[in-house]
Amino acid sequence: MTEITEVPSPFCGIGTDDLTVQVDGIALKVIKNGCAINTPMFEQVVTDTKARVNGNEVSLDVAAVRAAALLKDSLQPVIGGCASDVSGMRALLSLADRIGAVVDNINFTGARNNFLALQDSGWMNTTLAEVKNRCDLLLVVGTDLESFAPRFFERYLWTRESLFLDNPRQREVVYLGKAPSGQASTSPDGKKAEVFDCAVDALPEVIAVLRALVNGKLIKADTIAGIAIADLKSIADKLKRAKYSVVTWAAGALNYRQAELTVQTLSEMIKDINDQNTRCSGLPLAGKEGDQTANQVCGWTTGYPARTRFSRGYPEYDPYLNDINFLLANGEADVLLWVQAFNVKSVPPDTHLPTIVLGRSGMLFDKEPEVFIPVGTPGIDHAGHAYRMDNVVAIRLKKLRDSGLPSTAEALRAIEQAL
Amino acid sequence: MLIKLTGGCVYDPASGVDGKERDIYIQDGRIVNQPENQVQIDKEFDLKGKVVMSGAIDMHTHIGGGKGNIARTLLPEDHRQDPVARTAITRSGCGHAMPSTFVTGYRYAEMGYTAGFEPAVLPINARQAHMEMADIPILDKGGYVMLGSDDYLLRMLTAKKDQKAINDYVAWTIQSAKAIGVKVVNPGGINAFKFNQRKLDLDEQNIHYGVTPRQILQVLATAVKELGVSHPLHVHGCNLGVPGNVQTTLDTIQGIGGLPMHLTHIQFHSYGTEGDFKFSSGAAQIAEAVNNNKNITIDVGQILFGQTVTASGDNMRQHANHKHASPNKWVTMDIECDAGCGIVPFKYRDQNFVNALQWAIGLETFLLVDDPWRIFLTTDHPNGAPFTSYPHLIRLLMDRSFRNDVLSRIHPEAQKMTTLATITREYTLQEIAIMTRAGAARLIGLKDRGGLSPGNFADITVYTDHADRQLMFEKPNYVFKDGELVVVDGTVVKTKWGTTHMVKPDFDPSVEKGLKDYFDRYLTMKLGNFKISDDEITEDGRGSLTVHPLSGGMA
Repeated sequence: MTEITEVPSPFCGIGTDDLTVQVDGIALKVIKNGCAINTPMFEQVVTDTKARVNGNEVSLDVAAVRAAALLKDSLQPVIGGCASDVSGMRALLSLADRIGAVVDNINFTGARNNFLALQDSGWMNTTLAEVKNRCDLLLVVGTDLESFAPRFFERYLWTRESLFLDNPRQREVVYLGKAPSGQASTSPDGKKAEVFDCAVDALPEVIAVLRALVNGKLIKADTIAGIAIADLKSIADKLKRAKYSVVTWAAGALNYRQAELTVQTLSEMIKDINDQNTRCSGLPLAGKEGDQTANQVCGWTTGYPARTRFSRGYPEYDPYLNDINFLLANGEADVLLWVQAFNVKSVPPDTHLPTIVLGRSGMLFDKEPEVFIPVGTPGIDHAGHAYRMDNVVAIRLKKLRDSGLPSTAEALRAIEQAL
Repeated sequence: MLIKLTGGCVYDPASGVDGKERDIYIQDGRIVNQPENQVQIDKEFDLKGKVVMSGAIDMHTHIGGGKGNIARTLLPEDHRQDPVARTAITRSGCGHAMPSTFVTGYRYAEMGYTAGFEPAVLPINARQAHMEMADIPILDKGGYVMLGSDDYLLRMLTAKKDQKAINDYVAWTIQSAKAIGVKVVNPGGINAFKFNQRKLDLDEQNIHYGVTPRQILQVLATAVKELGVSHPLHVHGCNLGVPGNVQTTLDTIQGIGGLPMHLTHIQFHSYGTEGDFKFSSGAAQIAEAVNNNKNITIDVGQILFGQTVTASGDNMRQHANHKHASPNKWVTMDIECDAGCGIVPFKYRDQNFVNALQWAIGLETFLLVDDPWRIFLTTDHPNGAPFTSYPHLIRLLMDRSFRNDVLSRIHPEAQKMTTLATITREYTLQEIAIMTRAGAARLIGLKDRGGLSPGNFADITVYTDHADRQLMFEKPNYVFKDGELVVVDGTVVKTKWGTTHMVKPDFDPSVEKGLKDYFDRYLTMKLGNFKISDDEITEDGRGSLTVHPLSGGMA
């Protein structure tokens, strides 16, 4: 039995790298700095170690040959999930390029709210170390931050010290559009976050009014979506008074139509504040199950984020039409390859199409796929790289145990070689 | 396999060969001496009448790192203009302003380039820079690690740590990030922007640290020299793009007190305030200063007309310039108490007075600096123009009548504000070879690259001596990378992976004590998880590390 310290996590998205993990054979136990997200993800038990074709155990090579045959016969293969590390995404894109597939990351429909705003007008953002050392006001929009990332407040806000704040415990936290589910946002001195709750799909109006107030516009109404204009005015004043405020949201939590316009209004409001003699930055939350990794690697490999097709021989990005759920529902695909190296519960969408799954060992299916290759998890079974939520920092994942499971990259390369 | 390149007209400034007919022999990836008569030649290329140079080296090109990938993500409409389909041997991707990594490698190679150096590697983003560059085929690559706005260095300066302590930190950072040089961008300015300062002159203090850009330049240039890093401190100066910044640049040159210093994309730092539009060329003053100060090297950062995107670590200046964004979308980021970045798309127009004069200022600079060993051909890709415009730029430098034709079509007021029409100089092939090969290799400190004498790696480009220099440099007949034929008639015929160049200056291991404490208290990553290991560069089978020797000048 060994203990490995300073273990980085690819699961929580906020780049925790202070876990201590006890390794007993291939059993893992998080014994220090675990959380509700990381601990079960690390401790997930390895069940399958052998690949299967139609339910029968086979070698990796045999499974790869069968997968290659399905892909070769396909007129329009689609690759979903796309949840792996940098090497896994490299191999995935190489295969997709070769077979003319559509590539679609599992979290893209949420992330699209950010991409559409980014690609239309841009933004001013920051990263976690700047939050830790500079943020004096955190505005959380439409998101339950602590269920998204349980250790966010402990690691980045309620720190014992910071480079530029005399007392980090006096930072202000304001929730707008969603109340927190627990007490993580309460400062160690007992100061609670201010909470202004409303229906999540009322956020477009609420944020539009907040931006108007930031810019000194007169609002005639007294309330909007149940929130007093005076309260929004106080938030606007706080944002303008703060030295380095940070506005955070999870694109996927803004679960209503055209939420990209909310992200855009927030991002433009942040720009406006920066023109009013102070600093303010955005901090989009993400980094789960390889989503940032998929978009980064797809970005440098194709120029586009990870909802891109190769069916015409070159990459084409469409944030709507390349949604594999849409393609499956419309009968536009004929083979599904599902890649999910992190989460056993994230199974492929229900489809009658021939399905190849490269999944984390322990994945259970209602319907056995034609080909199942259990793969190792980056940061547990093999080393690798994963991007944090802030999209700048790639963390170096460690190999913790010797499970014998192939990496996503190895399994995908085996398939490509068998073509 | 023994390859013979027979009878080409060789331009090899590294060994003083200026347009002489020479045979070149290649074996096991290197150029070798002429073998004994009885040794069999396995393959011979008849290069009679062809021009032979070593593979070109781009010493300043943004080809790897987070800001480039933000630029890509920002501009799907630009990619759609230039889709690149896969072939039996090459990957698909996109081109134009900020090409995909694979296309970057192919298009550089297809122009005869065999190496490119990313000048703005943020320590915290170095992994990404290397991972992106690992997906650039054919080319060798390397990076200059960015310091000067990181809070750790500024704290050291405030605490009056001695030069030795700073040298240790710089050397440790170079090794951790696997870099071959050190760059500073708007010294201290990226940091000052986080404290809401919107400009920072050479002698202006950071409001928190009380440190000035001049001090930062001084300690970093000293560190680079004393550590024996060949490439001088690579400086993106203060006040980029600000009319009147020519004085800042001249003061920067004087202020460094004779230490080796490379001023990058100097075109953006050579602006006066004369004339009706209060915007004028400072190129003559800059060229005079460069000519008179042998410790100074520059690259130009030429702008060329058309759509591109600017991607810089200088978020302070990029934020100020966002009102010129075209299309109107832009990104800035503050990054990890380390640095920042700003991405602003630009469309340079020949009928815009400022853009037209920027174009002329860059060319004046090229033509007025005497010593081609101290000036380098760049567009600061993609900031002044995409790297694919180099053949056009070479024609502007080598062909006065072509240059004057273009000049006659730019904004008429800009024509009046430039001396370009009176400058008769035309670059020679040997001078182009110096700027893009021998000089670049010498400046970066690349051992066994940039020359054609025996012992060098066989990175070789063969051109047809066409009067239209743009055509000539667009489409080499052959390109060899490490002795392998990778391009024929301007098209990739074989792909491979290049190496990653770096240096390993020594440091006192006790430097990690203070750093570990700082990482634990203030940063978001453990020190041990920050340092890039060798296997991260090599594990996907995409490359290797080449460690270059340190130069003299040790303290």
